[in-house]
Amino acid sequence: MATNLRPLHRACLLLLLLLLAAVPEARAQGFANLGQAAEGYAMPAPGPFAFPKDHGPHPGFRIEWWYVTANLEGADGTPYGIQWTLFRTALKPGADLGPGWSSAEGWMGHAALTTPERHFVAERRGRGGTGQAGVSLEKGFDAWIDEWRMQGPDIDHVRLNAEGPDFGYDLQLAAEGPLVAQGDGGYSVKSASGQASRYYSQPFYRVTGTLALPDGAVEVTGQAWLDREWSSQLLDATQEGWDWISLHFDSGAKLMGFVLREGSGGFTSATWIAPDGTPTPYPDGALRMTPLDRHAVQGRTVPVEWRVELPARDLDVTIAALNRDAWMATSVPYWEGPVTIEGSEGGRGYLEMTGYD
Amino acid sequence: MLEVRDLKKTFRSSGEVQQVLRGVSLSLERGATMALTGESGSGKSTLLHLVAGLDRPDSGTIVIGDTDVTAEDDRGRAALRRGKVGVVFQQFNLIPSLTVAANIAFQARLAGREDAPWSARLTDRLGLAEHARKYPEQLSGGQQQRVAIGRTLAAKPALVLADEPTGNLDEETGERVLDLMLDLVAETGAALLMVTHSSRLAQRMERQLHLERGAIRA
Amino acid sequence: MRRAALVALLSHWRRRPFQLLTLLLGLATATALWSGVQAINAEARASYDRAAGALGATPRPSLARADGTPMDEALFAALRRAGWLVTPLVEGRVETAGGSLRILGVDPFTLPGGDLPEGAAGDALDPAFLGLPGRLIVSPETAARIGGPELPPLIEVEGVAPGIAYADIPAAQALLGLDGQLSRFVLLDGQPGNRPPLDEVAPGLSLQQPQTGADMARLTDSFHLNLTAFGLLSFAVGLFIVRGTIGLAFEQRRPMFRTLRALGLPAATLLWLLLAELLVFALIAGAAGIALGYLVASALIPDVAATLRGLYGASVEGTLSIRPVWWLTGLGIAVLGTALAALSSLWQVARLPLLAPAQPRAWARASEAGLVWQGLAALGLAALSGLTIWLGSGLIAAFVMLGALLIAAALALPLVLYGALWIGARLAKRPLAQWFWADTRQQLPGLSLALMALLLALAANIGVGTMVSSFRLPFTGWLDQRLASELYVTADNPEQAERLTGWLAPRVQAILPIMNTDARIAGLPGEIYGVADDPTYRDNWPLIDRLPDVWDRVAAGDGVLINEQLARRTDTWSGGTIALPGWPGAPVVGVYSDYGNPLGQVLMGLDALRDRFPEVEALRFGLRLPRGEVAGLTRALTQDFGLSAENIVDQAALKAFSIQVFERTFTVSRALNVLTLAVAGFAILTSLLTLSAMRLPQLAPVWALGVTRRGLARLELVRALVLAGLTMLCALPVGLLLAWVLLAVINVAAFGWKLPLFLFPSDWVVLGALSLAAAGLAALWPALSIARIPPARLLQVFAHER
Repeated sequence: MATNLRPLHRACLLLLLLLLAAVPEARAQGFANLGQAAEGYAMPAPGPFAFPKDHGPHPGFRIEWWYVTANLEGADGTPYGIQWTLFRTALKPGADLGPGWSSAEGWMGHAALTTPERHFVAERRGRGGTGQAGVSLEKGFDAWIDEWRMQGPDIDHVRLNAEGPDFGYDLQLAAEGPLVAQGDGGYSVKSASGQASRYYSQPFYRVTGTLALPDGAVEVTGQAWLDREWSSQLLDATQEGWDWISLHFDSGAKLMGFVLREGSGGFTSATWIAPDGTPTPYPDGALRMTPLDRHAVQGRTVPVEWRVELPARDLDVTIAALNRDAWMATSVPYWEGPVTIEGSEGGRGYLEMTGYD
Repeated sequence: MLEVRDLKKTFRSSGEVQQVLRGVSLSLERGATMALTGESGSGKSTLLHLVAGLDRPDSGTIVIGDTDVTAEDDRGRAALRRGKVGVVFQQFNLIPSLTVAANIAFQARLAGREDAPWSARLTDRLGLAEHARKYPEQLSGGQQQRVAIGRTLAAKPALVLADEPTGNLDEETGERVLDLMLDLVAETGAALLMVTHSSRLAQRMERQLHLERGAIRA
Repeated sequence: MRRAALVALLSHWRRRPFQLLTLLLGLATATALWSGVQAINAEARASYDRAAGALGATPRPSLARADGTPMDEALFAALRRAGWLVTPLVEGRVETAGGSLRILGVDPFTLPGGDLPEGAAGDALDPAFLGLPGRLIVSPETAARIGGPELPPLIEVEGVAPGIAYADIPAAQALLGLDGQLSRFVLLDGQPGNRPPLDEVAPGLSLQQPQTGADMARLTDSFHLNLTAFGLLSFAVGLFIVRGTIGLAFEQRRPMFRTLRALGLPAATLLWLLLAELLVFALIAGAAGIALGYLVASALIPDVAATLRGLYGASVEGTLSIRPVWWLTGLGIAVLGTALAALSSLWQVARLPLLAPAQPRAWARASEAGLVWQGLAALGLAALSGLTIWLGSGLIAAFVMLGALLIAAALALPLVLYGALWIGARLAKRPLAQWFWADTRQQLPGLSLALMALLLALAANIGVGTMVSSFRLPFTGWLDQRLASELYVTADNPEQAERLTGWLAPRVQAILPIMNTDARIAGLPGEIYGVADDPTYRDNWPLIDRLPDVWDRVAAGDGVLINEQLARRTDTWSGGTIALPGWPGAPVVGVYSDYGNPLGQVLMGLDALRDRFPEVEALRFGLRLPRGEVAGLTRALTQDFGLSAENIVDQAALKAFSIQVFERTFTVSRALNVLTLAVAGFAILTSLLTLSAMRLPQLAPVWALGVTRRGLARLELVRALVLAGLTMLCALPVGLLLAWVLLAVINVAAFGWKLPLFLFPSDWVVLGALSLAAAGLAALWPALSIARIPPARLLQVFAHER
């Protein structure tokens, strides 16, 4: 059974931002309150997804996100990457978070645009209930915070835009494959003590659109990957951080994998997604990730080149950052950026690394 | 003990130059007593002030022990007054806010050599024991002058200078105070130079020196 | 050696504890009044900075309706979703059992964490803080002050600005009765590059530059300078006591100094010991003075805070926090004051001749030559004072002038009294009367310092009293003119305004729309008003400078009126022009008095305002109706029309509030004045007590010649009264001059308005009686001790031939 920890680190970002400061008595419970009890919040349970309803928010759960990364290319062949993330968190349990401005629901958006030379980041925060941020299924699919938006007739056909002071993007996403349930049919168990989440992905978006860069607009095409996950319970945090990858191979197959760094060892997990969307989860130890080269950015040293091996699939590739300085200088900082793949398979993807303090 | 050589001093007041001392010389041995007599204005008090280092001569030298007073600066002369020399003034010059006992001990304390038993004995000998806790203003003139004498002798000076010590007292009281002073000076072995206009008191000294218009009359 | 000498020097004080008490009390009082005022100023200034920094250290511009009225909360999402990065604010005041509280409703989700005071950011994201009833984040001092069942629970956080409570938006809306509304939007950093223009997204909102702490400091500077000046005056009066006591103590110890020197204490050592002694006293009295000053400041600061709130809208907490800097400066000023007061005495000790006759000199018996020098100094200072007012300008020059004037008067006082007493002696026929005048003259030097202090205190009292009374007269008259409408109503929104005017039309004689907008005028925050063309203004508006047909021109939009403070600040009068936002060369056709307003104000016709500021909405109206119908209409407005009570202001209530603000403004000045007078009375008492102890030799012969002790005592009392009376007479012209300077120079420089001088002789009579009473009271004890002195002690004078 694949334990999926990447979403946990995302939860960690959110919690650090919105909960840590707010619940001082919980500070004794270790890194980012991952051990905090989820009393009063809804609990994820195994079972089929109910689409399209599950594309919308799940207010009874503590945390939830809509997470898009895309590998793009300009007409001149220049590679680019973008990130568009919307986090939702409930600051108190119960499906009723209060009406309008009294709502105790927090929203946060992260947007990034990476070129081989530069990396742009923006962050937005808001409260549910005011109309400033939210996800609505009333007319197709609409997820937004401020003027940032992911919107379309359904989740497979959306327009994705975001802006910062010095960058922006406006993209059309069209899915060319099915939604992929992660873990056990979308029920993703995270530890022996039973913490879990609901988790699915759409890794088959075809992308066209425009990037706004300081030097002018750039037309781009490429592929994107959406992660959807919601949960209330989080792992006990003895880990130092995560190294996570989502890879698009030229063969049409995809790989999601991560290493949870814990002491000298680590815990790995992976899902191989066939070109037709059939997922194969792999347990701990099946995936091997070895740092090859490190880079100093913002006072931290992070591995920006890895050897990635999945012997069960005869996979042995090297992934390297498109831009080694893809640092997300947000409320809780981390590294996230596009990578290129060489070795037994070619392709491109996204790498995310946290906990390199 | 005391060697004064050719001391001269002039004062200027309202444009008039007055020569108060015109070359006075004298010497006094350890334990000796000497009276300095003369009319008002003869310069006897000035001579005493010069010896005490309260004022500076125009010329001449004053040597006390091995110290040339005339060569000392202000600070040195102040040190001399604290140490070797004790002065008994005509106006008793007590410190009004200190008790009799504190006044007697005062100069010895100032000189940094307080001898409590000696001060107590002095107080007793001066007949002030029962007044020790009083303030000067509560004493009679004779008692006040006895305090002044006690203050001077408590510091055990080598040279005692007295300026009309009984001048403010009636004759009988004056006699008694003088007796006491002479006894105590003899006891400490100090030399005594006393200014007085009374020839009767002067006779009580071993030697007498008469000043007339600033010079010693032969 | 040093120890023995120090013991001797200090023994003086042990024998004269009252003198020591006088010295310490004088110094402590002087320090107290000075440092008390400083504490008030420091507290207020710190409050401005904290209040200005209530949302972030760097104030940000904001979006709001031009007339400041609240707006629909839905505008927030509209702005944000259009890419305008703003955070909403709901602002207002609530009255609690413990006084007024400024509510700052914030949205913790969009407000940058660093914009909240350190320590509050975490609390603002606590689920308990969010929603209703929510929590209020306040400083511990504010928490101690306010309270009441109507408030949500409080969270105390150090460093929150005084008088401010942070709340979540819905909690603030509920507290302020602004359901569904927001006050303004703060524009955040890092706005995206592409966003539609503001008037497309939110028509009616305009960009407003932030108010900074410096603005508030500038507005209130004059008020604080006034306080400082009074503090300084009190300090000076206190120093007279210190000077007198130190002078006396040194004089009395002169024989002791000489004895010490004769007994072998070097002059330098003596000087150092005296300096050390004074330093110790200064530190002790300084510390006591600071503690006392803290009490004074604590007693006064609620009034000061109320004044600043009422007059300037400045938020100042009515409690004091102790600042180390304040302690240090307080001690510093005590030491400095002591040094100043002791300078001449120390100088004399340094030059003390060893062999001068060792008799105690009569205390402070100034020679005639000394008097002449004093007279020359007084003349010089008077000339300086005249020159300053001739050549200088501004508040500092005015205070320099005032200082020079007061010191000149004080220095001249002994000379004048000397002359008066000399005349008295010449006119006296009976020998006892002659002796009385001569003896009084002889005592003058010993009393002159105390009398100078009295002169200063009296003059200050007359000056400030005249100013306040002169101010009240035109102020109340001006209020009557200015608040001509019987009732003032405010609508919540334009729709309601329209309904309101329709509803009111048949019920009142006239409806006068009042439209206003904030604007920076001549570099400072100011306000622009639009008024209807109506006899209410034509007949009542208090114009002090005007062109012909001034109201026709205003109504036609051909010119504007400006208030006096703006006219004086920019030196623009009728016939000139003034630059306004959107109207660079607006012709000024008249100037009106506008007491109590720290802001520059411009008045123009309603149409002119609508043309230039189309976003301003007419929500406020002045209503003319017979006085007797006010109560009925008010009731009908709330019950029938449904206007909320806080939207209706009765003219009488407004006047009462204005007068209350006015009275509070001068409460502090008056309190300081009373304290100063008390200090002067104390100075007279100590001087008389000192003198009475030294006067036995003078009194004994008179007693021996057949004047009873009671008779002598009566004469002592009469002497004190005569001197106090003469001083009061001298203080009168000085006080009136002071009042003139305050009204015509300092008020103009400080507040921007000039006031006519009115005389209030009845006040002087009261003050004169008060000063006579003070002097009489001060002389009573010494006189009584003369009446009861045992004859034996008088006889002693003859026994102690000196």
